[in-house]
Amino acid sequence: MSEAVYPQSEVFHTEDMTISVGPQHPSTHGVLRFVVRTDGEVIGEAIPDVGYLHRSIEKIGEKCTYHGYVPYTDRADYLAAMFANQGFCMAAEKLAATEVTRRGEFCRVIACELNRIASHLISVGTFGQDIGAITPFLHALRERETINDLMEEICGARLTYNYIRIGGVGYDITQETCDKILTFLDHFDPIVDEYNRLLSYNKIYIERLANVAVITKEEAFQYNLVGPNLRASGIKWDIRRDIPYSVYPELDFEVPVGHGEKGTLGDCYDRYWVRMQELQESSKIVRQCLKMMPKGPAISKVPRKFKPPAGEVYVRVEAPRGDMGYYVVSDGSEYPYRVRIRTGSFTAMGIIDKLSRGIMVADLIALIASLDVDAPEIDR
Amino acid sequence: MQVQEIYNKLEKQFPGKVGLFRGDIFDPCLNVDAGAIVEVCRYLRDDPETSFEVLSDLTAVDWTKKDDEKIQVVYHLFSYGKRHQIVLKVDLPREAPRIATVEGVWKAANWFEREVFDLFGVDFVGHSDLRRIMLPEDWIGHPLRKDYVEQEEYDGISTQRAPLVEKLLK
Amino acid sequence: MQAFVDSLIQQGYFTGMPTQVVYAIAMIAAAFAVLSFFVAPLAGVTSWLERRVWARMQSRVGPNRVGPQGILQWLADGIKNLLKEDLIPAAADQLLFPLAPYIVFIGFLCTFVVIPFGSNLIVADLDIGILYLLAVTSIVVVGILMAGWSSNNKWSLLGGMRSAAQIVSYEIPAGLAVLSIIFLAGTMSTQGIIKNQGWAPWDWYLFNNPFTFIAFFLYFTAALAEGNRTPFDIPEAESELVAGYVTEYSGMRFLFFFFAEWGNLYVIGAVATILFLGGWQVPAVGDGLIEGVLQFVVFFLKAYLWVFVAMWVRATLPRVRVDQLMALCWKYMVPLSFLCVIGTAAWMVVFPHGNRWASVGMFVLGVVILLLFFGRVRYQIRHSKPELYLRPYI
Repeated sequence: MSEAVYPQSEVFHTEDMTISVGPQHPSTHGVLRFVVRTDGEVIGEAIPDVGYLHRSIEKIGEKCTYHGYVPYTDRADYLAAMFANQGFCMAAEKLAATEVTRRGEFCRVIACELNRIASHLISVGTFGQDIGAITPFLHALRERETINDLMEEICGARLTYNYIRIGGVGYDITQETCDKILTFLDHFDPIVDEYNRLLSYNKIYIERLANVAVITKEEAFQYNLVGPNLRASGIKWDIRRDIPYSVYPELDFEVPVGHGEKGTLGDCYDRYWVRMQELQESSKIVRQCLKMMPKGPAISKVPRKFKPPAGEVYVRVEAPRGDMGYYVVSDGSEYPYRVRIRTGSFTAMGIIDKLSRGIMVADLIALIASLDVDAPEIDR
Repeated sequence: MQVQEIYNKLEKQFPGKVGLFRGDIFDPCLNVDAGAIVEVCRYLRDDPETSFEVLSDLTAVDWTKKDDEKIQVVYHLFSYGKRHQIVLKVDLPREAPRIATVEGVWKAANWFEREVFDLFGVDFVGHSDLRRIMLPEDWIGHPLRKDYVEQEEYDGISTQRAPLVEKLLK
Repeated sequence: MQAFVDSLIQQGYFTGMPTQVVYAIAMIAAAFAVLSFFVAPLAGVTSWLERRVWARMQSRVGPNRVGPQGILQWLADGIKNLLKEDLIPAAADQLLFPLAPYIVFIGFLCTFVVIPFGSNLIVADLDIGILYLLAVTSIVVVGILMAGWSSNNKWSLLGGMRSAAQIVSYEIPAGLAVLSIIFLAGTMSTQGIIKNQGWAPWDWYLFNNPFTFIAFFLYFTAALAEGNRTPFDIPEAESELVAGYVTEYSGMRFLFFFFAEWGNLYVIGAVATILFLGGWQVPAVGDGLIEGVLQFVVFFLKAYLWVFVAMWVRATLPRVRVDQLMALCWKYMVPLSFLCVIGTAAWMVVFPHGNRWASVGMFVLGVVILLLFFGRVRYQIRHSKPELYLRPYI
């Protein structure tokens, strides 16, 4: 539509309008900016402009010790800080061949999956809000608040956890907390059904999302989409299952993929629906972990002066926004020579320009929400 | 496919262009000649035996050792179908590093290369939209280089913060 | 109203004054009374109630500090907004920008002229009451368009344009739905329409025949769209257009838009009550005063029920897209409303005096639909009950 040539008249002529969406816009989820050229309601192009939240976390990594860098990784993605912790710790452990205690692994998985639930709740909640339904957002935040409370009990922080340390976890999860987590999960599982009835099966909601901004398999590969966005395009790929790490191989869980539930494969609704299903899968994983949790120390003996041998390593974890890669180069000293964080949101942003051509302003908002991009993760 | 096999294949296909293969480390890697990177990447993507559909990551490392000064651009390739990965490395001079873009092979390279351009100052020849991505257009310097010195002030705003103790003593 | 003034003149209260002047003074007094003692508190309390109802549905508390249960929150908000700086952007149109909120407000306020709260409680029982109502509500679109254009802001412009397209389109199904009632009543006077209905539900025009039953929902949907309410609130869609046409407004002018919006909610409910739900009709009881009070209460509650429904809808539904909004109007609602008009006319030919059995049947159907609806809703109520307080004080 945007390519259409309008009859130019002497008296009347149409002009494209350039609008700046963000960096202060209700639905850009943090500080993102899009320079949008529109023809009325139809978008000609939407050029993402990022960098408003760049804190040079990678540069900071070169100035910190390995132990000291863990809290900084929290800030790489504050909605899912646990995964950022885990990615870096796994990279450091792999470099120095440090063992992680078994109980530590289970604590990690429990904390991570709870964090995934929290992150996905934000994602689907804000999705609803961007489409115009405000109630689901608050219902989602209500549950997330409980997870925050649980996290506070596990590690003393509600958002930037700094829980996973090199060699294990900072604090053991007590039996009392385990019981509380179980209570929460018993409460949470039926709630997902409530969200579905409130939002997912809503006719207007489906109409707004189905067949909008379709990402094909090839495009997903070309633009290197990861995580739920990739799975929504019909690719059954989950690092937890396919390049197993931690104790995931012992756990039984499904990898939800998009099926073109209400429209085309890889549309906004599929991306939403994959996240909805992952909520339940994560809940399942936590339940199993709580059952299988062994006794023992939560963290292994790691020297205070952590000096991995020279070398480099690329470690990937399955974060809520997909494949979070840590490329850590060590030169044998106490400080990492180079830390590179490769995040899912960064590559997801690249595809917005292509997909936005010819869709409407309201669809652009749906597209941004469906990719679940997160400003701190893009800019780092 | 084992990385050793991929290396052998590449060596046969591009004699003299790939080398320095190291298979004894965590992520086996090999060096590619800067001029051949696009052909190598396209070959790796299109060859049915390797079929690296995805550019997982593209970044750079600034090496400032005495006799080994270089900027190393690192490509992490991955194949969902074959489930193997490989790391390609390209050494560039620290002064005015230039390399051809792989944007034509993987679209994801667009943003990755912009980031490397922004933070390392590597010029990707043929890139469709090579602008700074994280930093403002008029920022001076490339922060992830080891010898980077932050400018004193930007747009009249000081980038330095006085130490807290000094502030309190004033 | 006129009768009341006439009786005062006859009793010799205003001797020596020209009758026209007395009328003029009476009109101003009536407008003042309606505005300050009814409309302002109504819109204010509606704003408070909306926030409370919303909060309840979203497991929050809502405003509960000012006055008992926070009922005076609207006063506090009003004072706050009065004291705020009234900012007019330098690039905005200096004449139209300040004027727009008042036009919107006038368009909404004029509707109260023909809304009957009882058999005698009406400002003016115009012969063309309903037509007048449709006409003055259309003034709102002029105000919104002015606000959108004069703000000199692209978001405002988009919002204003969306609003204009939307309101103009949805006038048609709303007007046609009203037309089928005018057929039945044979008058456009609001009092006349109410007098043609009875107090019992099966005497309401809602259950008169299947076509008016459909027309009611057409009217209500179209009225929500005209009032820029969710799911049709695209002109001020906060997640897309920041705040639509009100983006640049601040202080009291900003409040006027929302004053009109919340007041308009009540007007929507009142018109639905007049046309379909028997207005102020009550069973004959007692003398004039008791009956008058009862009529007012009945009318008020019937109308307010729909305000509540609108709040409920807003808390529940997502927003439609612009093209979907237009498609809904032109592809479904307009043809359907034509069908209702023709169907009602045909019904009147077949049953010149109405059909009591059909009405009762429709009533039973309506009750069944309502029960099914509540059955669906009950699930959510049950599930939203258990609150999880693992650490309630942190």
